[in-house]
Amino acid sequence: MKEYQTITEISGPLVYAEVDEAIGYDEIVEIETAQGETLRGQVLESSDGVVAIQVFEGTSGIDQNASVRFLGETMKMPVTEDLLGRVLDGSGRPIDDGPEIVPEERQDIVGAAINPYSREYPEEFIETGVSAIDGMNTLVRGQKLPIFSSSGQPHSELAMQIARQASVPEEEEGDDEESSEFAVIFGAMGITQEEANEFMEDFERTGALERSVVFMNLADDPAVERTVTPRMVLTTAEYLAFEKDYHVLVILTDMTNYCEALREIGAAREEVPGRRGYPGYMYTDLAQLYERAGRIQGRDGSVTQIPILTMPGDDDTHPIPDLTGYITEGQIYVDPDLNSQGLQPPINVLPSLSRLMDDGIGEGLTREDHADVKDQMFAAYAEGEDLRDLVNIVGREALSELDNKYLDFADAFESEFVDQGFETNRTIEETLSIGWDLLSMLPKDALNRIDEEFIEEHYREDDSEREVVEVAD
Amino acid sequence: MSKAESTETTTTETGVIQSVSGPVVSARDLDARMNDVVYVGDEGLMGEVIEIEGDITTVQVYEETSGVAPGEPVENTGEPLSVDLGPGMLDAIYDGVQRPLDVLEGKMGSPYLDRGVDAPGIDLEEEWEFEPTVEVGDEVGRGDVVGVVEETVTIDHKVMVPPDALDEGETAEVTAIESGSFDVTETVAELSNGTDVSMHQEWPVREARPSANKKTPRTPLVSGQRILDGLFPIAKGGTAAIPGPFGSGKTVTQHQLAKYADADIIVYVGCGERGNEMTEVIEDFPELEDPANGNPLMARTSLIANTSNMPVAARESCIYTGITIAEYYRDMGYDVALMADSTSRWAEAMREISSRLEEMPGEEGYPAYLAARLAQFYERAGYFENVNGTEGSVSAIGAVSPPGGDFSEPVTQNTLRIVKTFWALDADLAERRHFPSINWNESYSLYKDQLDPWFEDEVADDWSEKRQWAVDVLDEETELQEIVQLVGKDALPDDQQLTLEVARYLREAYLQQNAFHPVDTYCPPEKTYLMLTTIETFNDEAFDALEAGVPVEEIIDTDSAPRINRIGVQEDYEEYVEDLKSEIKEELRSLY
Repeated sequence: MKEYQTITEISGPLVYAEVDEAIGYDEIVEIETAQGETLRGQVLESSDGVVAIQVFEGTSGIDQNASVRFLGETMKMPVTEDLLGRVLDGSGRPIDDGPEIVPEERQDIVGAAINPYSREYPEEFIETGVSAIDGMNTLVRGQKLPIFSSSGQPHSELAMQIARQASVPEEEEGDDEESSEFAVIFGAMGITQEEANEFMEDFERTGALERSVVFMNLADDPAVERTVTPRMVLTTAEYLAFEKDYHVLVILTDMTNYCEALREIGAAREEVPGRRGYPGYMYTDLAQLYERAGRIQGRDGSVTQIPILTMPGDDDTHPIPDLTGYITEGQIYVDPDLNSQGLQPPINVLPSLSRLMDDGIGEGLTREDHADVKDQMFAAYAEGEDLRDLVNIVGREALSELDNKYLDFADAFESEFVDQGFETNRTIEETLSIGWDLLSMLPKDALNRIDEEFIEEHYREDDSEREVVEVAD
Repeated sequence: MSKAESTETTTTETGVIQSVSGPVVSARDLDARMNDVVYVGDEGLMGEVIEIEGDITTVQVYEETSGVAPGEPVENTGEPLSVDLGPGMLDAIYDGVQRPLDVLEGKMGSPYLDRGVDAPGIDLEEEWEFEPTVEVGDEVGRGDVVGVVEETVTIDHKVMVPPDALDEGETAEVTAIESGSFDVTETVAELSNGTDVSMHQEWPVREARPSANKKTPRTPLVSGQRILDGLFPIAKGGTAAIPGPFGSGKTVTQHQLAKYADADIIVYVGCGERGNEMTEVIEDFPELEDPANGNPLMARTSLIANTSNMPVAARESCIYTGITIAEYYRDMGYDVALMADSTSRWAEAMREISSRLEEMPGEEGYPAYLAARLAQFYERAGYFENVNGTEGSVSAIGAVSPPGGDFSEPVTQNTLRIVKTFWALDADLAERRHFPSINWNESYSLYKDQLDPWFEDEVADDWSEKRQWAVDVLDEETELQEIVQLVGKDALPDDQQLTLEVARYLREAYLQQNAFHPVDTYCPPEKTYLMLTTIETFNDEAFDALEAGVPVEEIIDTDSAPRINRIGVQEDYEEYVEDLKSEIKEELRSLY
């Protein structure tokens, strides 16, 4: 292996070096500084005689005398089932003082696209135990469903609740084909040590760590490293899911930090920027991460992704949530207003969406009335929400009896259906039963989205007059 | 591109890679023309020439370029990016450069898309039963049909004289032709000018196939979606855009059109969208029935899937691959509908390539030629008189994904300047689960007037009057809602409250349609019409009652009217509507 001491330019996270052999695009590079420190990087652009290298750990300490080695291969992740229970840094090196990891395979971290012909359509319901998700925006195995949040919101608590509750092993009875085990892979990108500790403590408290792999790139770790962390995470996830038959839940937090790192590299390379300075290829780049969720025909495992992103200024038209929303199969909104009202979890179901829901619910999957109940609750809650604006102007007395019922419904929906607490685990039966309690507050003929048969079966006549504690305006 | 006849691959020149940056590779000393297809690097990755400057040729590569290094060779095929045309394109699923994904899975032996593997767009070995439609001695011109093969249960594939085999107006005599089993490369007919006609043709994707004449479209593309057929119809040979923010139902609307539109052939291009969505189509369509004849839907469908994580250059080409296949079936005299989901991803692919070329950007970083490319694409749609005298159409329906749902961005605006039907999706409607969430105030169709005669002949004489009535009520509602927001509904006079009630039925029963309900998902125009007349019956009777002094609360509180909401899910709707109309009359008249 040839060593070069030919660095010509160092700029931000980039190093340019002259070479006299052909260097492949995306190849891995090691740079040894005069102090004997070894830094790793990747070839971003390769042309005759000159290569541009992006250095993961940052370029501080590199001078023009540093030596550059090209390893002749693209970035690989050493994978093995023994990774379960381990804590790694953002580049996949163990930081938990455990034994050395002996890889079974080394896989390219830039995953090839899954052939759509080989995919299996996800339609297997995951019971997260969270009513606002299970009832209204159901998650299925192989889906990518991000949490759209903003700074200061309890999105981490929600993610942990999902990871904890969705992992409950299937009940013994029936389905033997569900023998696949569950694993959580947690990829932290640029989160603070405190947030990381919360996750770790929760993992340790619930014993989840032993079926988890944790990748930690913290806020003070190099930003450029963040661009490889999710690829390491997903390579590990694909290995466990499609070669070792695990049902893998991947939690990536925080995607906003990942995108900031992309922008930093783009700026350093003097690329023509797209919207708000983010690179024009950010859609493609994000798609290469999110599209690695799914199921494959003939394989028992699955990769389900829950990326978390904090929307700058709580604005979902910002490029990061916007591009994410166009790639992922829905989104869950964490709402600051609901949070300040003390709802746990503060999920706003109206803008939230699960695109794969319709095929994952219904007879044999959840319950035959699920779709109708969901539609009706959405419509009724939206109606109630609209009326709240009006009430502020004209007062409750000016509204009709039916409108008042819609208002009561909206209040009860938030306090009874959504606000369940981060520790409560509800079955889908419980969730739907609460749904019918609430719908029974409305007159029967207002339930125009529900099949008459289901109304007969589930509508609670005696509850229709019940008093609901009014939430103070 | 795929090379059906490998013998034709004549390498004219070989160059050497000079630099690699993502999907853009530049090569030295390559003798190539613009848009020639080249094979890049030791692995032979497919690419296309997009810029020539001095002795440097720039190539966009259709596959991942990790590990490709300067010094590796670049081979030129000397041919532009082309597709293979022939029987076998229906019931197939391709990537953006017409490689069949099922064949790739077999060849790569893995569920992941590997690099450097090529496969012809149509099966070269499969044999088809060829039935001649001309005899020895007949004179044929370019594009003329010489025979048919049964491609699928639904579609007879017509074997045509290639349009470039003869000049316009020139004819040749058929010197040999016979029926029998042939594969697509074998000659099925010989012409006196020396042309051997086989079932296989190639055509460069960036060039429109020739036609004799473009005509004004006068037949609707009936979609079975009430808001589309009823308010904003598209013609066979028309163009439409569906812009909307994420989660507003673009893809579901496109799927509904692919399933229920009364075209002969559907070409569905998934351009830079989700892998699972394409899988849904692959799994669903073979099981769904074609509403026209009960055959599997796949028998009339060709799928092109370039998911968002596939190489970006192939995304740029997938739209062209799709429209070329559509034009080929149009030449046979079929009505073809092409759905492109989404054209924004296509535009972004152009932007990405353009920025790697360091071209001077236009608006929002998009290349200055964005508007021209969009116009070129939509102009390939239309109702045509083909070169062989038949008539066929290509309807193009493009989804647009504007960032942040803002319709003022360049892709939406440039698209709107070309297309004649605009179905605006609305996040607010989607949020309250009003689907399809097409905003009736913003959407429009410029085909309405030229299509009305068809609806009046085929469905009902007063089709256009009824539509206008519905539009008027909805317009009035929009105005009234502004007042309601300020003072509440009860402050309105009785007649306006009643208008709101009628508009509510229009919105909830007529405009909403449940794509996931087995009956409601497809609504024939007759049912669309009857539903509207039912609501109008309620309107007329209710206003009569109001005039006779019945309080508006009592009218709204009737038992029969809410049943309007259930018309959509009725299979025997005619009887249901008849009963309902008389019940509404009876109940409302009993009030006074």
